[in-house]
Amino acid sequence: MSEWIRIPLTSNYAAAYAAKDVDVDVVAAYPITPQTPVVERIAEFIANGELQAEMIHVESEHTALSACIGAAATGARVFTATSAQGLELMHELLFIASGLRLPIVMAIAARALSAPLSIWGDYSDVMATRDSSWITMIASTAQEVYDSIIQAYKAAEHSDVLLPAMVAYDGFMMSHTYEPVYVAKDRSIILEFVPKKKPSWNILDPDKPITIGAVGNPDWYYEFKYQQVVAMENSRSVLRQVFEEFSKKFGRWYNFIETYNMDGSDIAILTYGGLYGTAIEAVDIMKKQGLNVGTIKLRVFRPWPEEELLKILKSLKAVIVIDRAISFGAALEGPVAMEVLTSVYKKGLSTALHSYIASIGQRAVMEEDIIAIVKKSLELLEKGVVITEKPVYWGVR
Amino acid sequence: MSLAHKVHYKTVFDIPKEEFFAPGHGLCAGCTTGTIVKLLLKAAGLNTIVVNPTGCLEVSTTTFPYTAWRVPYIHVAFENAAAVASGIEAAIKALKAKGVIDPNKRINVVVIAGDGGTADIGFQALSGMLERGHKVMYVMYDNEAYMNTGIQRSGTTPQYAWTTTTPVGKVLKGKLQFKKPVAEIVAAHRVPYVATANPAHFLDMMNKFRRGLEVEGPSFIHVLQPCTTGWRFDPRLGIKIARLATETAMWINWELDHGEFRVTVPVPKRKHVKHYIRLQGRFNHLTDADIEEIQKMVDREVERINKIVGKEVIGPVVE
Repeated sequence: MSEWIRIPLTSNYAAAYAAKDVDVDVVAAYPITPQTPVVERIAEFIANGELQAEMIHVESEHTALSACIGAAATGARVFTATSAQGLELMHELLFIASGLRLPIVMAIAARALSAPLSIWGDYSDVMATRDSSWITMIASTAQEVYDSIIQAYKAAEHSDVLLPAMVAYDGFMMSHTYEPVYVAKDRSIILEFVPKKKPSWNILDPDKPITIGAVGNPDWYYEFKYQQVVAMENSRSVLRQVFEEFSKKFGRWYNFIETYNMDGSDIAILTYGGLYGTAIEAVDIMKKQGLNVGTIKLRVFRPWPEEELLKILKSLKAVIVIDRAISFGAALEGPVAMEVLTSVYKKGLSTALHSYIASIGQRAVMEEDIIAIVKKSLELLEKGVVITEKPVYWGVR
Repeated sequence: MSLAHKVHYKTVFDIPKEEFFAPGHGLCAGCTTGTIVKLLLKAAGLNTIVVNPTGCLEVSTTTFPYTAWRVPYIHVAFENAAAVASGIEAAIKALKAKGVIDPNKRINVVVIAGDGGTADIGFQALSGMLERGHKVMYVMYDNEAYMNTGIQRSGTTPQYAWTTTTPVGKVLKGKLQFKKPVAEIVAAHRVPYVATANPAHFLDMMNKFRRGLEVEGPSFIHVLQPCTTGWRFDPRLGIKIARLATETAMWINWELDHGEFRVTVPVPKRKHVKHYIRLQGRFNHLTDADIEEIQKMVDREVERINKIVGKEVIGPVVE
């Protein structure tokens, strides 16, 4: 591991290190809690000469993503980061960035949405971007934040993909807590993995003038959108290649989903972000108590990892999905639970699905909560509940 | 004056013959935006990246699979042209520093945007771009309403003008508020170059475009753009009305170059504003008394401008 140094980093700082190590050319970001330290650390890298990039000190997140679009359309490798309201202010541009097929990468310290105002972590912001055609990864350790951002650039810039990508992690619980992280001693090893070459996408170049962002009337618009469907589909195999290549080169393996203690257990807790760490702890405690339960982490939300997930789900009696956002008024108000249910139904599996909502606005979820959730589900199974009619709003008063 | 800049276009023969704005676009017959853009691109040349927010110009020139633009062009959204241009300018800087783009190559970044996209919904992005000092020339073509969506009032619609959202009824007659002084608000950002122009004085306008591209830092050119459909006039009258705007001092062509203020088109003898107003259907409801009130407003503005210049650059009304 001589090519790496192990240093304590928060997930925010890990994101900043990743942006530095892929040698981004332009950074445009606006401060918002809990993302702010990302911007501050990048500013320090530039001030110290550790990163040669233009930092645009924008006056809003709307301008942050707009400037990233302009810079990416000029052929620069760009980076931005935000949270909650900032991501919502960018909302319009999320769709334009993907529609223009610009491989922008964004870090998100996931946070609850107003109102009431909450600066604390949950995934309301990330889940609200669901249909924006961004590759969406959710990390559960600071190391994974660093590695995922590097992987995101490689997948996003692939000529079969050309879609923007976001890497999310828990606001505060991850953005502000330190973990040991291996970072490259010298960014050249990272750049060998994500080389900076002449963009494979069309750029604003006076020597080869093109029109970007044209009007798509009914005779063309649909085809543009369908190409995005194809690109998102392509991103599955590209991500798979990226994960394999990353593992081969750097020895750290990541997949679309991650599992823990799934051998021999027929009930699994499925969640995402930092809560997966708590789920692992809970699984260990339950094991000691003689209750054999596994846990699954959803790492890639878009493209939806159906194949990988079904491989695990098909042999399960029940999956307990703990969502960290609410899809108000939906058929099942846990956004990930609804997707899991769709996959289960598509393949005609008889796996039971219990939907739980927890950690909203960073309401604490401890190991004992997860154990209690599992016990509650065992009771539900006993009563013959295959699919929860409504999610169980865990811990709400 | 030490800051006096080169006059690039003295006569019509100095204007390049090459066309970078292709014919076949869908702007209205008689639309003066086409005139402005055609001349803008002649002044800027091929090493230019154009940013154009949503609006008449965008929808009329870029319907896939066609384009009227012979230079690189990008449209992103309505309110963010200045932000997109900031990103492009920063990217060029970064890529020049890293040797990806030839550092000696001068690439103009030009925004061409309407009044809604600039003075209203795009104002925050514009102010941010000006404050950060990006080297971008921002050209606002001001047709004084949301013409692309069908003539709704904007912040730059003049007082009393009819629009579909400031209709003339029994109680209310046109827009109640004054026109937002956009160029002056931009000037308050202390950017190197701010000017107002008008396509009837096209040499003046083109020289301002050249100056705007020359200066180091942001520049802003506010161009009056008579709109045949929105102002309700015969399509052949666009340039005539633009000229009358200056001749009546309803519109004054000035520049502020590194703090030095100059009226570039002096008007020794002014015409009465009625000549400008009576040609436009949007002012049809105005009585002679209403027009006299506008005349008084213009007189006060002329007095203010003359005071700034320190001499009478705009003369009295002589009929």
